[in-house]
Amino acid sequence: MTVDNTPVTPDELHALVDGELPADRQQAVNEWLAAHPEDAALVAGWRAQADAIRTHYGAVADEKVPDRLSIENVMRNGGRGWRSIAAAAAVAAVMAFSVGGIAGWMARGASASAPTDVESFGNDALAAHRLYIGEVRHPIEVGATEAHLLPWLSRRIGTQIRAPELEKFDLKLLGGRLLPGMHGPAALFMYESATGERVTLYCSKLNAERTGFRYNANEKFAAVQWIEGGYGYVVSGPAEKMRLKQIARSSYEQLENRAPPPPANKATFIDQLMSRVDRKG
Amino acid sequence: MSSFRQDVETAIPALRRYARALTRNAETADDLVQDTLVRALRSEHLFHGGEIRSWLFTILTNLNRNRLRSLARRPIAKSLADEDAPDLAGPEAGQRDIERALALLVDEQRHALLLVVLEGLSYREVAEVQAVPIGTVMSRLARARAQIKAYLDGERPALRRVK
Repeated sequence: MTVDNTPVTPDELHALVDGELPADRQQAVNEWLAAHPEDAALVAGWRAQADAIRTHYGAVADEKVPDRLSIENVMRNGGRGWRSIAAAAAVAAVMAFSVGGIAGWMARGASASAPTDVESFGNDALAAHRLYIGEVRHPIEVGATEAHLLPWLSRRIGTQIRAPELEKFDLKLLGGRLLPGMHGPAALFMYESATGERVTLYCSKLNAERTGFRYNANEKFAAVQWIEGGYGYVVSGPAEKMRLKQIARSSYEQLENRAPPPPANKATFIDQLMSRVDRKG
Repeated sequence: MSSFRQDVETAIPALRRYARALTRNAETADDLVQDTLVRALRSEHLFHGGEIRSWLFTILTNLNRNRLRSLARRPIAKSLADEDAPDLAGPEAGQRDIERALALLVDEQRHALLLVVLEGLSYREVAEVQAVPIGTVMSRLARARAQIKAYLDGERPALRRVK
């Protein structure tokens, strides 16, 4: 076998680790590594990474495949049956508590134990947001143009609710849907901007003390949550703090039927709302 | 059962493993696998031979990309959640390191790295899955590895450096 002695490239080091190195370069690369300890360390590090990944996830392939993924079930249901709203909400609830999702980020700053009702509520809202903003064709159940949207949702969640007007944020109400919640039915309003950005408002009964705005975010999306009059509200959307807070504030004012504060006080108003949380500890 | 379906069935454990590593969430991962299977079985007539496994990985990779797009319509620069996540310490920290390091990668890099090291696809197969030249696959791999190394060596994102 001829040995190719041209200098070793970084690509070849990767190829070595991944078993893609041509046979006639094996010897040259091995000699190179013997003479270049830094490159040898690099290669060892990459191998360790690969081992860590295989160790961490390898066992998944040995797990019993869940029934819903059996070929028979997929053929029979066409993957559709499980997508009913109730099932989707159940999936959403599970997602909210699973490791690696957004689990627990609502609970930041709180104890590491089981999430409180308020935290679970926030997780439910975010799980619903996450699930339904991804729906291309059926993001909502009842459209904004249908007159029974608000009476229906109000009746089901047990309080008069209106969908805040968010046109000034370039957000148009698409409509809403009803979801199962922890303490009863929950209403979810979906808004969409001209560029397809989606924001949701989640509302349901929540037996907890009144709070100011709480902001939570991960890299993909964020939520502002508050509790007022035995109901919890969560506005979820892209993780742009100021914008989302403004949307939440506007929603809050409209839901509470309050006159907006004079523009000069905008910052103070938010600060007051935010500080309420702090004072409560 | 036809051999097509048998081949699809044989690939399910690997699809679940890949999806789990991509999503870091068992439920979401199996949703992705289910969607992949539904599409694959519906498109049996479109499959003209070749490696079924690569074809299934392609479907899953694309579905995952759609999913991520639907979750984040705009690029978000920083993770506020990680800022004060307490789990850098504690007994699970070491085990979670690789998971966290993977999570920091750009999606294309994560796809490429996992297909190569976890699923054992060749560079050529990954290039087909990602519909890019092999050179692009290699630069994705190189960047992924460099970033994981930086993370494991203790270079945290800027936010973490604040003590």
